Amino acid sequence: MSEHGTEIEGSGGIPERFTNPGLPPHVSRSADLDERAAHRAERQVATLFTLSMVATVIFLVAYFSIDQKTYRFIPGIGQANLSNVVLGASLGLSLLCIGLGAVHWARTLMPDTEVAEDRHPQRSSDEARRDAVETLAAGGTASQLGRRPLVKYAVGGALALVALPQLLVLAGGLGPLPKADLSTTFWRKGMRLMRDNPTPTPIKASDVTLVSVFHVMPEGIDKSPHVLEEKGKAAVILIGIDPALIQVPKERDWGHDGIVAYSKICTHVGCPVGLYEHRTNHLLCPCHQSTFDVAQDCKVIFGPAHRPLPQLQITVDAEGYLIAAAPFQQPVGPSFWERG
Amino acid sequence: MNALGSHRRHPAAIFILILLGLVATGGLYSLLAPRPATAAVSTADDQTTGRKLFLANCATCHGISGQGSKVAPTLVGVGAAAVDFQVGTGRMQLAGPGVQAPRGKKVMFTNKEIASLAAHVATFGPGPALPDDQYTKGDGNIARGNELFKVNCAMCHNFAGSGGALTRGKYAPSLRNATGQHIYEAMTTGPQSMPVFNDQNLSPTNKNDIISYLHDLDENKNPGGLNLGNLGPVSEGMFAWIFGLGLMIGAAVWLGSKAA
Amino acid sequence: MSPQATPKGADSLRADDVTLEDITEGSKAKARAGSLAGWLDDRTNTARPTSYLLKKVFPDHWSFMLGEIAMFSLIILLLTGTILTFWFVPSAGRVIYNGSYVPLKGIPMSEAFKSTVDISFDVRGGLIVRQIHHWSALLFTVSISVHMFRVFFTGAFRKPREINWVIGTILSLLAINEGFTGYSLPDDLLSGTGLRAAEGFMQSVPVLGSYLAYFVFGGAFPGEAIIPRLFTVHVLLLPAIIIGLFTAHIVLVAVHKHTQYPGPGKTNDNVVGYPFMPVYMAKAGGFFFVVFGITALMAALVTINPIWLYGPYDPSPVTAGSQPDWYMGFADGALRLFPGFTEFNVFWFTLSLNVFIPSLVVMPLIYTIAGVYPFIESWVTGDKREHHLLDRPRNAPTRTGLGVMAISFYLILFVAAGNDLIAIKLGLSINDITQTLQVMLLVVPPLAYWVTKRICMSLQRRDQDKVLHGRESGRVVRTAEGRFFEVHEPLPEHERWTLVQQEILTPLQLTARVDENGVRRKSTRRERLRAKVSSFYFADGVAAVTPAELAAAHHDGSAREAIETGQDSGDHDVSDPAWVGQLHGGADERPETDAYASDEDGAEPAGPASAP
Repeated sequence: MSEHGTEIEGSGGIPERFTNPGLPPHVSRSADLDERAAHRAERQVATLFTLSMVATVIFLVAYFSIDQKTYRFIPGIGQANLSNVVLGASLGLSLLCIGLGAVHWARTLMPDTEVAEDRHPQRSSDEARRDAVETLAAGGTASQLGRRPLVKYAVGGALALVALPQLLVLAGGLGPLPKADLSTTFWRKGMRLMRDNPTPTPIKASDVTLVSVFHVMPEGIDKSPHVLEEKGKAAVILIGIDPALIQVPKERDWGHDGIVAYSKICTHVGCPVGLYEHRTNHLLCPCHQSTFDVAQDCKVIFGPAHRPLPQLQITVDAEGYLIAAAPFQQPVGPSFWERG
Repeated sequence: MNALGSHRRHPAAIFILILLGLVATGGLYSLLAPRPATAAVSTADDQTTGRKLFLANCATCHGISGQGSKVAPTLVGVGAAAVDFQVGTGRMQLAGPGVQAPRGKKVMFTNKEIASLAAHVATFGPGPALPDDQYTKGDGNIARGNELFKVNCAMCHNFAGSGGALTRGKYAPSLRNATGQHIYEAMTTGPQSMPVFNDQNLSPTNKNDIISYLHDLDENKNPGGLNLGNLGPVSEGMFAWIFGLGLMIGAAVWLGSKAA
Repeated sequence: MSPQATPKGADSLRADDVTLEDITEGSKAKARAGSLAGWLDDRTNTARPTSYLLKKVFPDHWSFMLGEIAMFSLIILLLTGTILTFWFVPSAGRVIYNGSYVPLKGIPMSEAFKSTVDISFDVRGGLIVRQIHHWSALLFTVSISVHMFRVFFTGAFRKPREINWVIGTILSLLAINEGFTGYSLPDDLLSGTGLRAAEGFMQSVPVLGSYLAYFVFGGAFPGEAIIPRLFTVHVLLLPAIIIGLFTAHIVLVAVHKHTQYPGPGKTNDNVVGYPFMPVYMAKAGGFFFVVFGITALMAALVTINPIWLYGPYDPSPVTAGSQPDWYMGFADGALRLFPGFTEFNVFWFTLSLNVFIPSLVVMPLIYTIAGVYPFIESWVTGDKREHHLLDRPRNAPTRTGLGVMAISFYLILFVAAGNDLIAIKLGLSINDITQTLQVMLLVVPPLAYWVTKRICMSLQRRDQDKVLHGRESGRVVRTAEGRFFEVHEPLPEHERWTLVQQEILTPLQLTARVDENGVRRKSTRRERLRAKVSSFYFADGVAAVTPAELAAAHHDGSAREAIETGQDSGDHDVSDPAWVGQLHGGADERPETDAYASDEDGAEPAGPASAP
């Protein structure tokens, strides 16, 4: 917005606003005036480009010569993979030096006098606009679309419908309906509680001493065709606490002699609730810090979760191994609309 | 005005003054700070020695027969392993009651003293004994140790044993450079907030596997470069914002500036 | 070049155009290049567009490079990503690892995870490409954010650039989702935990939740479909949309021409800078290599996403300190802060607002508000002119304040995602941190708005002060009467212009409530709202200094503002003791001059410091 400003009346010629003084005077660089400085700049630029070439060569040599399993001590990093560090550093330098050379070249040797280019308003001229509108209108009239309502409605209908087959194939083929899947787990009455180990073994009640924690899976889950999917619902944490501390009778009944089993899947968004603090009997979820009190039937005492962790009713079989007395009595994991 | 006075407004003056202040304060502190009390020991009887040490250093908080008090848990049934762990890692003696007993910068008792303390505490009630040497060597199966660590330990101690937060200011400490024996003992005794992983839960071989995995991590192999503490995406994001963006903005400022 | 370059028409720039025949004169190489160019031009008619493009002028400021960092990062991502797809296997099929990384030997894992470990350890240079790719992704999102802040705070989203702002907002949203899908591909413990949370988010959608989750995952979580589907989204769908939108984004920049900061010689009707050929080709091209080089050096020296340490994903284990990559931090923080009592059991249904709102409502809401902001501001100002001169942020205090308020809200959510790491590094209770952040989320943003706005206004007053009273020169003068004052140097004209050029907008007034027939016209509620919001924006205006005010300040008789005029060409040595005590160049000594009248010979006034 140019301000060849209006002047204030009676002010003796003082304009209303300041005016743009125009571009400041140009200041030359040393390379513009002094050929020696320009030559020095040229040498600097050439050095940078040469460094890049050297770095590229180092990369090519290192790629073939450094064994991938070599580790070397590098201060700060520790035992670094030599191949990775050398390849990466040489690649980085070769790229960086081209950039630095090009920028230095532009800064010292290329012209740095500011140039001004005109802007034109984005708006097209009225004439151009009128022409566009007329072309569209004329074309519309020529197509006889206005005169032929049958064509108009039919083409509208056809275009509206033609996208549907693609969408239907995509949407219709997407995954199975959940049905009751979210509400059931792998656990069945009589299944043994197994250690969640590479080689699962059953757990005796006498193994679970005071304040010990076992990570548990149902018996046979590793033979299931969908191991991870079942694990994602069936993961259980088994804790041995002092029966006198349990405040909820149902919790005591569903446990066995102070040994209680709870679903490990957080009721917030499903992370495994594995952090058991034995002195406070709190279970903490590491994702969003929902905290459950084991002495109060895993009620939520802090954090964004709302529902307590579902308890798995357990008992012992004839040989003293812990088994599930019944499957979970409510859906495990995060809430969903039809959960009830 | 002498030379020193004429430099009193030198830009480095305030810096040097602060440096002198810090040195003076630090020096005075190291001269005058109270030293941790250690009872001198001279008799040969291990249990009697242990009892003397216990009464002098532990009974104030843990009670004369280790029954515990408001500020310290009971030591009945913790076993010799617990003492070897707590005292051997410098966690005990604790300077004052707090939410957590951090790993000590130095161990306050000699090995002999620790052994006698452990023997004494073991008399309070049956508890885990010192582990068998063959299971603390760390020569087990690293990959199996990795799997066991992920299921049983990583949720508190982090995937690389760098430590993690618990509630109310408590934390699971970093496992860097812990000895095999101490790792084993921590698992069997469940110090502080840690649950107990008895030998029926994680067999001695399993425990040795976990120790092997942790010792492999201690070799500090960082194939990708600086590991930023192995704390995950938070430190990586910080690095990108501070160094990555900082360097690039620096380059952009240089690019747009006028050459000399 | 004349110091006061009058804007030249574009045609005059093209007056020295070289013709095809001129090219072919001279060396043989030139002739060959010329004939190649001729061959192309014969078939594409590109000579004129080529010379038009090469002559294009780009203004030079480092803050204009931030978008370029994003652009170059995108190119790096496409390049390294393509290389990675040659080795990555997007399959959830189970395999047993038997590669060279010992701690994983014999462990069952998905093909996706195994192929990523192989890239890291058994493909030469694989780890460096993987790390460049991931660091570049972080820098891509970082630079997009910083670029967005620059555009916002300088008002570059005003007409005609509203469309570009909306495209940019969409690009930003797509970029962070591209990052999320990307780091979920290796199927490691950390990103798998994130996918698990994503499934929980989908489940929380009212009515449709369980269907949505099962459709996206192809069944129960984790399922075998999600990794290949994420691969398609990450490699095909999102990059295609991003490249398309990004092309539109820079085409619009070329059509609109780049904005420029206000300064001497820069007007709303010109672009001042350097031509693309050769200066910007070298600078921008060089900057690409600089960005690539810095990214590669970071990848060489600093580990990122060490999936071999995380291990393969399994729903049972989890790591302490589970966070997403930084750009999803604000959503994770929102989940940590949102209170749990907002989950309701309504008849037979469960409404989990504690999950639904922070995970699926906050992000689209923030981006929508950002996207519509230009239209809100144009509604508030009623300004329909094109703006090509940027605002200095202090000259738009309300906008700057609102921007800082939004950023502080975002930052608190972002910091909340790291609350467990803050707890262990600073020795604090994580519960206390969470509760403090919940309070801060409501209290800090309005406070930040108010503080920022006041700071902007006081900076504006400082500018006013500088113009009226000059810059403190540090020279203290003692008068014969024993008074001390500091000499102020008036600003040179070119520096002064930047401080006085701004246009301070005033609030919109409600139109006359009585129309031409004398009938009272009720202003609509919309009009009243508009006037109110406009008043909120512009009521506290700090106007720019006018020449009249400056002249008044000059004639102010206060001795403290002794101003050296051009008449004193500096032949008095200040250290000369004889000079001390003279009220030299004070207002009463100055001859009557009008700073805006021309010299006797008609030349423009020289101004105090015009000599180079």
